[in-house]
Amino acid sequence: MTPATRDPSELLARYPGLFRASHHGRLKALAIGLGAFALFLFGCWYLEFSLARLITGLKQLGWFIKLMIPPDPGTSFPTYLVAMGETLSIAFLGTLLAATLALPVSLLAARNIIPSVFLRFPVRRFLDSIRGVDTLIWALVWINVVGLGPFAGVLAIATSDFGAFGKLFSEAIEGADRKQVEGIRAAGGGKLHEIRFGLMPQVLPVLAGQILYFIESNTRSATIIGIVGAGGIGLQLAEQIRVLEWQKVSTLILMILVAVAAIDFISTRLRFAIIGRARDVRH
Amino acid sequence: MTISLSSYPPQQIAALGAAYDAAVARKRLRFAAGLSVFVVLLIIAGLGAEVAPKAFIDKIGNFVGYFDRILNLDSGSRVWTDPAEWFWGWQKWLKLLAETLLLSYVGTTIGAVSAFCLNFFAATNLSPHPALRFVVRRLMEFCRTVPSIVFALIFVIAFGLGPMAGVLAIAIHSIGALGKLYSEQAENIDMKPLEGVRSTGASWASSIRFAVLPQVMPGFASYTLLRFEINVREASVMGFVGAGGIGQELVVAVRKFFYSDVSAILLMIIVTVFIIDICTGWLRGRLFGTGQRA
Repeated sequence: MTPATRDPSELLARYPGLFRASHHGRLKALAIGLGAFALFLFGCWYLEFSLARLITGLKQLGWFIKLMIPPDPGTSFPTYLVAMGETLSIAFLGTLLAATLALPVSLLAARNIIPSVFLRFPVRRFLDSIRGVDTLIWALVWINVVGLGPFAGVLAIATSDFGAFGKLFSEAIEGADRKQVEGIRAAGGGKLHEIRFGLMPQVLPVLAGQILYFIESNTRSATIIGIVGAGGIGLQLAEQIRVLEWQKVSTLILMILVAVAAIDFISTRLRFAIIGRARDVRH
Repeated sequence: MTISLSSYPPQQIAALGAAYDAAVARKRLRFAAGLSVFVVLLIIAGLGAEVAPKAFIDKIGNFVGYFDRILNLDSGSRVWTDPAEWFWGWQKWLKLLAETLLLSYVGTTIGAVSAFCLNFFAATNLSPHPALRFVVRRLMEFCRTVPSIVFALIFVIAFGLGPMAGVLAIAIHSIGALGKLYSEQAENIDMKPLEGVRSTGASWASSIRFAVLPQVMPGFASYTLLRFEINVREASVMGFVGAGGIGQELVVAVRKFFYSDVSAILLMIIVTVFIIDICTGWLRGRLFGTGQRA
């Protein structure tokens, strides 16, 4: 260890980089910042932002909010409750269906199960392309197949989650400990035994946590797929917004908030019960 | 050489065995109870969502058939035999895709900047006042829970049709989502630098600037890039409700059964999302080294 020098100017001379950012680095940061800001301004211009529109819009919005208070469902509260039940059912079933279908596929995408990159790569890209398409687009496609209604919503959520689960599950499987698997192999177990007794006990709690988290976030997605006609409360919401029944709109939004908070609460409790408080699966 | 195995006396083994059986039986009982609750929920949900296995099996052919149809041109030949005809509208679509990307960029920027300003008021360890924290947190929760497309529906009426409504919807949703992640990040900082800066008599603002920002910036940037990825996907459907971007073209193509257009637009969206994912992944890797995926 060299003794610390008492004279700051000597330190400054010896390690200039520590006291002043280099000109090069500063210029680069400045250029990136300016570039980002210029792109932002260009975007605002290209997307036809204008102060006048913003002000009139905000005035309108304020007027809408005034009309929303107090929330009042009129006589259609039972209808809304049924629609909410539909939404929750869609989220629950869609997530489960996706998880069931994704589990075997995720094994194919995991490095420690399928070492061959030629088999793994297409599976991964396939999952990625499913994930790249939004749930609402899948809902549009499924409506063409099974018709309008909540069933199309279940299939839409299942399809888009299938991609996400495939990726998350395969990552969980890749993160599993090798030793248990080797133990099973040493005891004479086959490939399937290795998966069933070596891998599954390790990854199932993680997967269960992820599924619960997705049920939570799918409750949110399920509230909107009704906008394209795939069942649930979104249909009511879109309709009431279009006919400018603001009191009903605020009731529906309030119902969504309450339902999401309730599901959130339940699934957080369940998740902690399964995996323990220390390991939250939300990456 | 003989191997001697030490063993418990038989009575003790019997007692241990019984205890083991009891423990396993309890576990199985709990599992069975959980399973039956689960099955009941499943049935209720199935009825609620009008699940029709028969209709599904009857119509699953349509699903394959639909993909078969969207891969056919009007002339009946496969789309890839005539790319010029398949992507006949590529100039228009590319422009709309650029609009979609800009929409999510501007939305993410507005959202990130606002969330950045708000999050320090929501973090338990930094907030100047508990009441302020409570208000900011509830505000963020509201922004995050209401789906962005619902905001878009309302904004389209307030601000008129067009991308501006989409930008604002995405921005508001991003404030909620990013604000939460940012404030969690800010809650996990090392408090010692903050104490150090405070002990020099620095104000709240300058202690945030010199003690907190250097610690949280990498995490903030990483979350923002991830949010941008998500927002690109969301922006692709904003057009469904008239809030700009490529969604408008897609919904028209689906509803009017312009089959080959549907596949062309879908392919373009998927490729764009891929490219954005790769670029942001690369950027994250460059900024923070590998393995720091938030």
